[in-house]
Amino acid sequence: MDKQYISDADGQRTYIFTPAQLSEIEAVLAEDLLDVGVHSVTLIDMAGNIISTMDNGDNKHDLYSLAALAAGNFGAVSTMANLIGEEEFSLLFHKGNKENIHFSKVTDEFLLITIFGKEVSLGFLRLKVAEATEKLVIILKPGS
Amino acid sequence: MESRLGFLKPFEPNGSQERFGFMAIINLKKKEVQSKIVYYGPGRGGKTTNLEYVYKKFRSRIQTEMVTIKTHGDRTLFFDFLPIQIGTIRGYDIRIQLYTVPGQVKYESTRRLVLRGVDGIVFVADSLAVRRKENVLSLKSLADNLASYKKSILEIPLVFQYNKRDLTDDGIPLLPVEWLEQDLNSELKAPYFEASALKGPNVAQTMKKIILMTIDSLRNDLT
Repeated sequence: MDKQYISDADGQRTYIFTPAQLSEIEAVLAEDLLDVGVHSVTLIDMAGNIISTMDNGDNKHDLYSLAALAAGNFGAVSTMANLIGEEEFSLLFHKGNKENIHFSKVTDEFLLITIFGKEVSLGFLRLKVAEATEKLVIILKPGS
Repeated sequence: MESRLGFLKPFEPNGSQERFGFMAIINLKKKEVQSKIVYYGPGRGGKTTNLEYVYKKFRSRIQTEMVTIKTHGDRTLFFDFLPIQIGTIRGYDIRIQLYTVPGQVKYESTRRLVLRGVDGIVFVADSLAVRRKENVLSLKSLADNLASYKKSILEIPLVFQYNKRDLTDDGIPLLPVEWLEQDLNSELKAPYFEASALKGPNVAQTMKKIILMTIDSLRNDLT
């Protein structure tokens, strides 16, 4: 199946991911992020649905709740940005003792959540996330 | 269609669909559908209580804890979230994400955020006689917020729940169902249930109905 969007009679749309597309997404997440030492990486949509998730096998996080909260958090922070006259805050990062979370907008509809530890520096992570994002934008483009 | 209430305007596509129109996510590799259902309605109407009842009743189908973001006064601040697996339809695992919005009037922008990507709505109306106006205002806010995502309240799967019907036993004045129907549902003509979120009657039925309607709206995609 090569379709990606489906419009029904009401003009509503469903986003359908083909197995080929998901394999490409997984390859990007694995090679660009997991391979550099990230603990887990999840691509979600802004509604809080999980598109794809990869981890290093050690993580037992509740990713569905995390996705819902991440989408809500990103929406809340974007609204905060608007309130002070910014279009958006480009860096969203929460630092913990062992785990850190980095959020990055891929397109207007998709968000990348990366969980990583002390082994990976924030600067290096941002570089790798930017590289992965460039590839994901192409894969997620309608009709690609 | 001209609405008597003035807010039930049909949605007219204007070409900016890409940005806002996404609905459910269908994963053909895992054969999984994720769909978002939001419980909407006025403050203290029982939206969170609905989810708490579902959480208790269907514990075996829910693998995680219910997520709630509340104030100290036990009011919903951002949303409640409950993912539930309902089995297989046409070979697809159906995963439903139940959300509530904060009901208090001041949290309008938060409600709009939670509605992003919504596939189906349960409108939890408060049956208390004194809450008649709040129900109508909340329904209007729902229509407006859906319109901001280029969705129409006339077209999205919608179920009404007239909550707190059990209070009639305590002699508390309630709105007759006919009034609620006339105030809220005379033009939408959506299915409705008389329920008690606290005690349970029709809570599961409300949820099952909205899930069926939402999945049915995706039927053409589940090939």
